[in-house]
Amino acid sequence: MTNVISEIKKDFIYNLVLKGERADGRSFDQYREISIERDVIRKAEGSALVKLGLSQVLVGIKMQPGEPFPDSPNRGVIITNAELVPLASPMFEPGPPNEVGIELARLVDRGVRESKAVNLEALCVIPGKQVWIIFIDVHILDDCGNILDAASLGAIAALLTTKVPANKFGLGEDYMLPVRDIPIATTAIEFNDVLMLDPGTDEESIANTKLTVISSTDGSICGMQKSGTGTLKPEQIYRIVDIACEKAKEIREKFLEV
Amino acid sequence: MIAMDETDISFFKDGLRLDGRREDQLRPIKMEVGVLARADGSCYIEMGGNKVIAAVYGPREVHPRHLQDVTRAIVRYRYNMASFSVEERKRPGPDRRSYELSKVSREALEPVILTNYFPRSVIDVFVEVLQADAGTRTAGINAAAVALADAGIPMKSMISSCAAGKVADTIVLDPMKEEDNFGQADLPIAMTPNGDITLMQMDGRLSIDEFHKAVEMAMKGAQDIYQMQRKALVDKYSQLEGEPHREEVQACD
Repeated sequence: MTNVISEIKKDFIYNLVLKGERADGRSFDQYREISIERDVIRKAEGSALVKLGLSQVLVGIKMQPGEPFPDSPNRGVIITNAELVPLASPMFEPGPPNEVGIELARLVDRGVRESKAVNLEALCVIPGKQVWIIFIDVHILDDCGNILDAASLGAIAALLTTKVPANKFGLGEDYMLPVRDIPIATTAIEFNDVLMLDPGTDEESIANTKLTVISSTDGSICGMQKSGTGTLKPEQIYRIVDIACEKAKEIREKFLEV
Repeated sequence: MIAMDETDISFFKDGLRLDGRREDQLRPIKMEVGVLARADGSCYIEMGGNKVIAAVYGPREVHPRHLQDVTRAIVRYRYNMASFSVEERKRPGPDRRSYELSKVSREALEPVILTNYFPRSVIDVFVEVLQADAGTRTAGINAAAVALADAGIPMKSMISSCAAGKVADTIVLDPMKEEDNFGQADLPIAMTPNGDITLMQMDGRLSIDEFHKAVEMAMKGAQDIYQMQRKALVDKYSQLEGEPHREEVQACD
């Protein structure tokens, strides 16, 4: 499902990389401009519209009481879905999610889950019977590259604005969702031994390897995924991890910590 | 499933793990090459309690045809769990987890397959997990890589896969079910014998130092598995070792 890119454009990007430049003038570790608009959907319990350069991702949170999983009777449930709707890219098609969409949703989910960002114990209503279910729905609106980072940013931003709709279900007063960590996903591509953060669509299609690192507020790593058909040296992975954690800290402090 | 708190389990007894292994020790591994008659290549592997079988078909014609690539062979990888392979019956058929595992496993093998030799064709890799005990994706990749070699698919190198994890604040090699379920992190990798990493996933929580340690440990495990894969292939094809006679070479043509 990668974009088709002409050889001449590939050559152009390649030659720029040799000169230490990127097509849009960014440095290799520079993100495009980020903007987060919160509470854009009034019907949702929480929502955020993230713009990462020209990429746009909308994340909505819905909550409802339901049954817990038998192996975690005292914990709330998180369900993450991603829709790569055809309006977002000529490469997206209608129909059930393909493996790219599934991987995206599972990575967003992994960030939220593994960082233990949401205090799920606090979302138990009746142990073993009733807990809160959080639906994180990611809607990709415009794919101009690196939608994964935008989607994870959207998910945590939306969770931070989420109000548990207790009143609507006769479970007392509404209250803010207890969020205690801010996981940030940072993605880099490797091209000719150069590591580039926040790849645009053209950059994504020239590189065949991507590494996403999800880090939490205390600087530890809570998720990672290599995707694409290339290889990475351990040293390259270590370098990406270092840069990614640094970048994640910047993004977290600038956009999400009050 | 029994609900247990992470703190309820002690993962070490007298410095050894629940199954008596050291921190940096793999579970016993058994590999057999060419176990299926119909497949072009196959391999059965046991890694601890995992029992996984991999088959390779191809290069063969692509169906549906619109998927074919005029410049190279496409690679398809299907990771599938038998419904009886886990404690509680798994609903048959692909779920979101198996879609993701199929994708990353394919991407773990594709870097070494010389796909440009076979334009317009497909190399199908089917992996069936018959019994699961943590680490099924790594077992599947190990078996699939051997099955590809058994099928005679030209490859730049072997691929070996192994996970490291963190339990009770200790980094351990090749976590088993208990360690995976109640552990603090899981990090499966796959690599070539040269140390080029083709699969890298992680969940849980690791500091950067722990991460380095886990990667190094998993790479060492994968290196050991590589030797076993090599041996399994040599054992099957040992009669072909050494200089073949010229007549034999001609007879093969």
